[in-house]
Amino acid sequence: MSNEPEYDEITDTYTTGHEWDGVKELDTPMPRWWLWTLYATIIWAVGYWIAMPAWPLVSDYTKGVLGYSQRDVVAAQLNEAKEARKIYAERLLSADLETIENNQDLLEFSMASGKAVFGDNCAGCHGSGASGAKGYPNLNDDDWLWGGSLDEIHETITVGIRGVHEDTRLSDMPAFLTDEFLDEGQIKDVAAYVTALSDKSVTAPAGSLEIYQENCAACHGEDATGNKEFGAPNLADSIWLFGDDQQSLISTISYSRKGVMPSWAGRLDPATIKALAVYIHTLGGGE
Amino acid sequence: MSLEKKPKKKMSFSHAIFEKNPIILLVGILITVSIGGLVEIAPLFYLENTIEKVKGVRPYTPLELAGRNVYIREGCYNCHSQMIRSTRDEVERYGHYSLAAESMYDHPFQWGSKRTGPDLARVGNKYSDEWHREHMNDPRAVVPESIMPGYPFLAKADLDFNLISYDLKANQMVGVPYSEAQITYASADLKAQLDEYSDGYDAFMERYPTAQVRDFDGNPNKISELDALIAYMQMLGTLVDFSIYNAKENNR
Repeated sequence: MSNEPEYDEITDTYTTGHEWDGVKELDTPMPRWWLWTLYATIIWAVGYWIAMPAWPLVSDYTKGVLGYSQRDVVAAQLNEAKEARKIYAERLLSADLETIENNQDLLEFSMASGKAVFGDNCAGCHGSGASGAKGYPNLNDDDWLWGGSLDEIHETITVGIRGVHEDTRLSDMPAFLTDEFLDEGQIKDVAAYVTALSDKSVTAPAGSLEIYQENCAACHGEDATGNKEFGAPNLADSIWLFGDDQQSLISTISYSRKGVMPSWAGRLDPATIKALAVYIHTLGGGE
Repeated sequence: MSLEKKPKKKMSFSHAIFEKNPIILLVGILITVSIGGLVEIAPLFYLENTIEKVKGVRPYTPLELAGRNVYIREGCYNCHSQMIRSTRDEVERYGHYSLAAESMYDHPFQWGSKRTGPDLARVGNKYSDEWHREHMNDPRAVVPESIMPGYPFLAKADLDFNLISYDLKANQMVGVPYSEAQITYASADLKAQLDEYSDGYDAFMERYPTAQVRDFDGNPNKISELDALIAYMQMLGTLVDFSIYNAKENNR
């Protein structure tokens, strides 16, 4: 193994001086463009140290002459967005919900912003078309648990239902089986009774009316049309949130459902909640 | 082109020294790497202003920690990040950008960058427990366009928390300020978080004042893996009270 570089005439280059089994290696210099790119990145780095936050020091770090901070940038962007919406946000905040819905300008704004906010926050449960799912109410129809007026919708969004807000909407239907108010036979009867209210093919069993009046009427009403004060659903219509088959109804009465809707106060700002309330009210079922 | 080129002069310092001596090469690599490490990591330990001052962040309760273990075991991080970046679109969709302080008790952290599913850093209290139960059982039952696999077995699987106090202890060893009482009563606390009428409730609330207590999986007769996972989900991103958070003071 030779250690002395040799001159290679054909390529006009020296070898590295290494030799393995007669194979020698040319000491071809690195391409100019490559070297200059490397030097340029080094110069760029030095410039970057000066311009941007870079080096840690003893009790602080170098802030850079530009004073760049990603958090400042996002704060500025958010502020800009807020400013852009400000005219509307202020008008939304000062106007009552009725006025918003009757003002073409504000209504259009609410529809656009409400739709976007709905997609991000509500569609997970109520579906992207607000048509609901089992356990999550359809917001397009006129059947409302806690009321479908603008103010009631606004309140429900703000405080939620059995949510974390201190004024959250709250009601407590007993679990009639586990709390031992009724036995399985009675529950089966009363389930048939409420089904018979809207489904004429079912006949209410004898004695079920009494069970209903004694146990259910206080909240759901004697005529079973519900009470929005307690979020007690209307049992006389054919809309069943947790399924319309007997088994689902029996399960609801036996164990109670206690559906939860999160509180949105704090998560969404007041103007957004107003826009959202108007958006939902206009979906078709608003009262 | 001259044919009489002479061999190159040998420089006083040649890279050949590193190439020919593995030990010297090793030492050289160590020095280079430790400069990088020292400059990037060491300042975070001594610079006061790299530490955000926030109120509310507490260590995980035993149940949440068990849920976090399920989260890691199932590889949720393969599709979900827990890091809301400081850009306008992320803040508008997910909420306030994540603070370093919010993952100070995460070992290991779950920030991630792979987002096949949405970011989960602030998913806590965004959906109901019932929603989570249905969603874990069959994601398409609540989100028709979802491509997440179902995890129906979590509700059926008994949570194995025999070793939960060791989990807390391990976290304590890497700097999470669990008290001795929190470690000793870890499995009692785990059960207490599932039932506000249990005997251990008061002691639990004293140890973890801001914890959410209820039966998360909807089945009071069973402590399931789903209980733990939903307890963990429901507290994600809820600890810092942003109404008293001083953004200016914590600006970086």
